[in-house]
Amino acid sequence: MEMVMESAKLSDDKVCTETGIVESSSRGSGCSLRHFACEQNLLSRPDGSATFLQGDTSVLAGVYGPAEVKVSKEIFNKATLEVILRPKIGLPGVAEKSRERLIRNTCEAVVLGALHPRTSITVVLQVISDAGSLLACCLNVACMALVDAGIPMRALFCGVTCALDSDGTLVLDPTAKQEKEARAVLTFALDSVDRKLLMSTTKGLYSDAELQQCLAAAQTASQHVFRFYRESLQRRYSKS
Amino acid sequence: MAETLPVASESPAGCKARAARNVLGQVVLPGEELLLPEQEETDGVGVAGERPLRLNAGMRSRLRVVCGPGLRRCGDRLLVTKCGRLRHKESGSGSSGGIYWVDSQQKRYVPVKGDHVIGIVTAKSGDIFKVDVGGSEPASLSYLAFEGATKRNRPNVQVGDLIYGQFVVANKDMEPEMVCIDSCGRANGMGVIGQDGLLFKVTLGLIRKLLAPDCEIIQEVGKLYPLEIVFGMNGRIWVKAKTIQQTLILANILEACEHMTTEQRKQIFARLAES
Repeated sequence: MEMVMESAKLSDDKVCTETGIVESSSRGSGCSLRHFACEQNLLSRPDGSATFLQGDTSVLAGVYGPAEVKVSKEIFNKATLEVILRPKIGLPGVAEKSRERLIRNTCEAVVLGALHPRTSITVVLQVISDAGSLLACCLNVACMALVDAGIPMRALFCGVTCALDSDGTLVLDPTAKQEKEARAVLTFALDSVDRKLLMSTTKGLYSDAELQQCLAAAQTASQHVFRFYRESLQRRYSKS
Repeated sequence: MAETLPVASESPAGCKARAARNVLGQVVLPGEELLLPEQEETDGVGVAGERPLRLNAGMRSRLRVVCGPGLRRCGDRLLVTKCGRLRHKESGSGSSGGIYWVDSQQKRYVPVKGDHVIGIVTAKSGDIFKVDVGGSEPASLSYLAFEGATKRNRPNVQVGDLIYGQFVVANKDMEPEMVCIDSCGRANGMGVIGQDGLLFKVTLGLIRKLLAPDCEIIQEVGKLYPLEIVFGMNGRIWVKAKTIQQTLILANILEACEHMTTEQRKQIFARLAES
């Protein structure tokens, strides 16, 4: 809760970027994402911080690192990456642990940990509101916070969620209601260099062709996300 | 052949390699690849399939490029690993090489050999002090690394003291080591910082800005009040003026300088000079 209070206190003089990247009307008809917003460097204590909004879903992230590491967790040839996901209310459960693992594996694929051996990089994610596509939003905010902290990375990454209806229509970046009604929900993490798949997690029934279709749609959508990243970072650095 | 159009073709995520020369001063993102001036020419012509035949094909003009912070070598290109503005400094010989680096606004300090930093003594153990410099592990400082120190004549350093020193060992695999003397054995301004004064932290980008040669901010601050000031490359500033009030004013000004335009700064300095 301390983090949230701090964000409210400090947000007045920081950069806030908001762009309605994609369309406004055809939401739900196929290839469309909800509105994004991102704010970086809003907390004073962590080395890097960010919030990311996708529609009504919003997550706050703080990154600490390269920092001191406990001897028990020390890895002699690379940095120890840790991801902590805190739910909006209550204690983290099995679902959070599973998501933490997925996010950590994605981050490990792009972070150049070998440049800071015997250190720890900790990413703390605080869910502020969950209105669908939570994992994708967590991935996006983790990426922005890592960039803000200046952690060396091989590429940027983003998360895209797809939902398949009972009649087979594809919805990108679904809301909580759409996720509930969907036959299958697929989340992908893609990197910015050659848009390769870094991580995928799925729930529900889908065919092979549908998976390919979802992946192709996610790759197209990732371009919008990466363009948004660029705009948002350019705005942050426009002051200096 | 992604590298055929190095000039303007900015793809959404910037995955096409751009020429390093064309993006100087612009924001670069992790994962972007940059072409060096030499490759621009050779690759640019080479697309048609016929590369112009070179008489001295064996010895292409050797150019020396240094990758600074935020850049890595990736084959014969530069890979960006941090977000920030791309900077370049010509090499002394005036060839097309030189140093490229990314100027990022990060808060966490990573020790670099030769950097002057402000540290806080956290422990005394035998013949070394442990000094917190804001990096991932404390730096070590030998009690013999002070001006005039000998085995019998130990320097007066207590836990909690501020130390201004320089790194002699700083790499990713070893514990960083500091000294408070230069190569001639002179203190040269380094050593324990006096009792009063105020220590505060700013971003690493601001420190670099303030330490740049002929930085206007420092000159203007100097005209305001007589002061003593120490900048550490690890983002720490120690300042002391005649009164506590003046010290606090100076600390607030320096902190606020990061996000002010030149005009805004001039206004504030003018107002302070009046009062």
